[in-house]
Amino acid sequence: MHREGDGSEGLDRFSLLVGASGRSAPRRSLRVGIGGPVGSGKTALVAALCRALGRDLSIVVVTNDIYTTEDADFLRAAGILSTERIAAVQTGCCPHTAVRDDIAANLEAVEALEAQHVPDLVLVESGGDNLTLTFSRGLVDCQLFVIDVSGGDKVPRKGGPGVTASDLLVVNKTDLAPLVGADLGVMARDAARMRGDRPVVFTDLRADPQAGPVTRWVRNRLGQPTDSMER
Amino acid sequence: MGTVADSRVTANLLLFADSRLPAGGHAHSGGVERAVAAGAVRDMPTLEGFLRGRLATAGAQSAAIAAYACRSANDDPAPAFTCWHLLDAEVSARMSSPAQRSASRAQGRALLRVLVACWPDSVPVGLGDRPHHAVALGVGVGLAGGSPYAAALVAASASVSSPASAALRLMGFNPVEVTALIADLAEDIDRCAEAATHASDTGGPELLPSPTGLMLDVLAEDHARSEVKLFAS
Ligand SMILES: Nc1nc2c(ncn2[C@@H]2O[C@H](COP(=O)(O)OP(=O)(O)O)[C@@H](O)[C@H]2O)c(=O)[nH]1
Ligand SMILES: [Mg+2]
Repeated sequence: MHREGDGSEGLDRFSLLVGASGRSAPRRSLRVGIGGPVGSGKTALVAALCRALGRDLSIVVVTNDIYTTEDADFLRAAGILSTERIAAVQTGCCPHTAVRDDIAANLEAVEALEAQHVPDLVLVESGGDNLTLTFSRGLVDCQLFVIDVSGGDKVPRKGGPGVTASDLLVVNKTDLAPLVGADLGVMARDAARMRGDRPVVFTDLRADPQAGPVTRWVRNRLGQPTDSMER
Repeated sequence: MGTVADSRVTANLLLFADSRLPAGGHAHSGGVERAVAAGAVRDMPTLEGFLRGRLATAGAQSAAIAAYACRSANDDPAPAFTCWHLLDAEVSARMSSPAQRSASRAQGRALLRVLVACWPDSVPVGLGDRPHHAVALGVGVGLAGGSPYAAALVAASASVSSPASAALRLMGFNPVEVTALIADLAEDIDRCAEAATHASDTGGPELLPSPTGLMLDVLAEDHARSEVKLFAS
């Protein structure tokens, strides 16, 4: 642990351990949780954010996948992020628990990457699961929830904390809508009804590999101007 | 051996016996994931065998360490810095597998987060920031007002309940049957904790018992090397 000048002895050292629950020193990174069902495009979105933001910002990624190296391999192979900026966490078959009820291992991974790279942006990808996921506010500052249209247009209507309470709902794979007969208008209406003022964006990561609307939202959270064209 | 059990159980003490304690335990299988992968744990009888073995080795060891750490935490005057360092070294020396040591420290650090949040002014600084799990557990039980026996009991009990829960998740065992199995082991857990309490009442940490389980070391090392894993250890 070396985030700060190390003048202080004793319990001050421990205070860092309390994490985001209030007692720790202010940190400069924005921690963003990315949840959503398996295959909805979470890793593709992480890659998109790294592509779009990686030139201006220092980014690190924590994954919670079963195949600990798969996501890392994917991000590295695409030349998107170097391996030492990616950490994998095992969840003991409980992906929700690891980001919500017992965040110890994820917090440890996040803090280690923060200490090493002093990033602007930390992305925590949850292991895929159902619609009830929420990240602990002790682990992340805000959370995205990624669903896709391939499961039909009734997913937003089903609700669940992931759909209703996430800070940004991302409806991905809009390119598949005609193929599965999903009505994006219905999804937008249902999502708005379930979420009130919380924003919803639609993405097609095949056509827009920089995930424009999500990138703008993240820039906004980082307090950066969003009017310029994403590179 | 005289009785060391006491009836002073506080609500704080129960925190440490609760599997929902947010100290990272849910992601550690205590070797069971690899034992399942190797076919060594495949049904209830083989699970029972595994748990008995684990109680007699890793369980007995962590129970004695926890009891010792609990006693130290309640010592008056408080132990010097170096006493904690010495204990730490003795615990490391009792774990021949590097993977076991690192799993122990990962869980110890996670538990330390909880202790610091609960008792910000009382956690001994000599613990450092990556204590072994059994040490942090013993200190925590001490801070919660528990006795060395209570610390040993919590450690011994966790040494079987946590791999049992992991096995349940991996194999889809009937949860009620798994609980009945642990209830069946209860007398052995009690005895283990009592023996550990006595064994921990030594002059120094170098005299703590070291009933290592070779097979657990092998499983831990195998696990650390394996590509696909659901649990951290
Ligand atoms: N057609 C289409 N496929 C996508 C889109 N986004 C991601 N995919 C694909 O969906 C699959 C699962 O994506 P992945 O990011 O691994 O999902 P995760 O399990 O949520 O991380 C991959 O084959 C991606 O290439 C999209 O917008 N349209
Ligand atoms: Mg993924």
